[in-house]
Amino acid sequence: MRYESPKTTKEAAGLLAKAKGNAFVLAGGTDLLVRLKSEVIDPDLIVDIKRIPAMQGVTKTAAGFRIGAATSCAELGENAALKKAWPGVVEAATIIGSDQVQGRCTVVGNLCNASPAADSVPAMVAAGAKAVIVGPKGRRTVGVEKVVAGPGKTTLKKGEVIEAILLGKGGAKTGDAYLRFIPRTEMDIAVVSAGICLTLGPRGIIKEAKVALGAVGPTVEIVSAATKVLVGSTLDEATLEQLAVVCSAACRPIDDKRGTIEFRTEVAGVLARRAAKIAYQRAGGK
Amino acid sequence: MAAVLVSTTVNGDAVEYSCAPRESLLDVLRNRLGLTGSKEGCGTGDCGACSVIVDGRLVCACLMLGAEMDGRTVETVEGLADGATLHPLQTKFLEHAALQCGVCTPGFLMASKALLARNANPTEEEIRFALAGNLCRCTGYDKIVRAVSAAAAELAHPAKSGTGKKTGGKKAAGGKATGKKKG
Repeated sequence: MRYESPKTTKEAAGLLAKAKGNAFVLAGGTDLLVRLKSEVIDPDLIVDIKRIPAMQGVTKTAAGFRIGAATSCAELGENAALKKAWPGVVEAATIIGSDQVQGRCTVVGNLCNASPAADSVPAMVAAGAKAVIVGPKGRRTVGVEKVVAGPGKTTLKKGEVIEAILLGKGGAKTGDAYLRFIPRTEMDIAVVSAGICLTLGPRGIIKEAKVALGAVGPTVEIVSAATKVLVGSTLDEATLEQLAVVCSAACRPIDDKRGTIEFRTEVAGVLARRAAKIAYQRAGGK
Repeated sequence: MAAVLVSTTVNGDAVEYSCAPRESLLDVLRNRLGLTGSKEGCGTGDCGACSVIVDGRLVCACLMLGAEMDGRTVETVEGLADGATLHPLQTKFLEHAALQCGVCTPGFLMASKALLARNANPTEEEIRFALAGNLCRCTGYDKIVRAVSAAAAELAHPAKSGTGKKTGGKKAAGGKATGKKKG
């Protein structure tokens, strides 16, 4: 196994493109090193992206925020501006693992690990986050929901690496929220989760809405029916009830040791209701 | 397998080593540098027994490669005491019997140090949350939480409380120096 720590994204993409055998990107390493140790993977090349300046830190841009791919989740939690604009995304990123894991893990790693239960993914999808991908054919930007193909699988081509996540500005009329169900208070993996982003128009009427559910299907589930239910409403009780119904209906979960199909389906609706209330309040609604 | 050459700083000392690319930082610390304070409990980042502080941040040494350490700074439990004088955290762990078998203790000490560096006066809840990445199968945690509280008090007012007062103030300043910038 070879270890490389390139200084530019292009160099990283070049190494991955030219790699013979199994090549892996090392960001925080909180998933990769576990798989390496348990011999689930046998890499020929590991490309450490933490020495690439363009992949480090959170920067404010004209369009909003740019999160470098090697930025730890702890850093997201320490960024007051990002937290204010996208509290749901930051909450989702900072409930992953322990303090030890927080100091290493990244949202891009969470995305590319492609677990259906990834906490940061539904929140990023709801918030309309985009991934900047650099590869042999240049640079492209896609919605984060386009990155995950299925459990453990991404749509990234050979030689492609994610350089950053882009988020909009947020704003006083926009609010996002993320909730997950776990049987413990922390240090666990989502059994079901819901990310919601709402933008309000005049008189507290919802103008835009995006609902993304986690751990209820092979990839994050964007509930377009929920958008239809929410837009035009002021999140009254009838709307919330309808939201829960359409979210539960969108679920196609599996039975496993952490939850049954029935449980996940029911709880997805409950979490969507609760997350919608939080997002609505954060968007300035009453 | 090409070895990787690494220059790093361990507990304030410049250290150079070569390691295999897939060797963890924990293996490097224990097997190459002889620093066996950090323990391997699970090897998968769940138990925290290998907790060390890298560039001011608490990490599991089993979840980092030795190769990643070039130019970085690592603090381990071996660097906690000042010569023969124990750090107030160590003193309070002893006073409160916050350990039995001791395998988890180096990790708890480093996690506690990282906590007190960013929050000098944590509540019980904050201590429990901050130490949630460290598992102890002996103490039931209460004694550990009390020891960390007592160490925080000792560091804040070294003259007023308890033993270990000789180094209390000095170490308090050292602890704060590693504090992370907010925002």
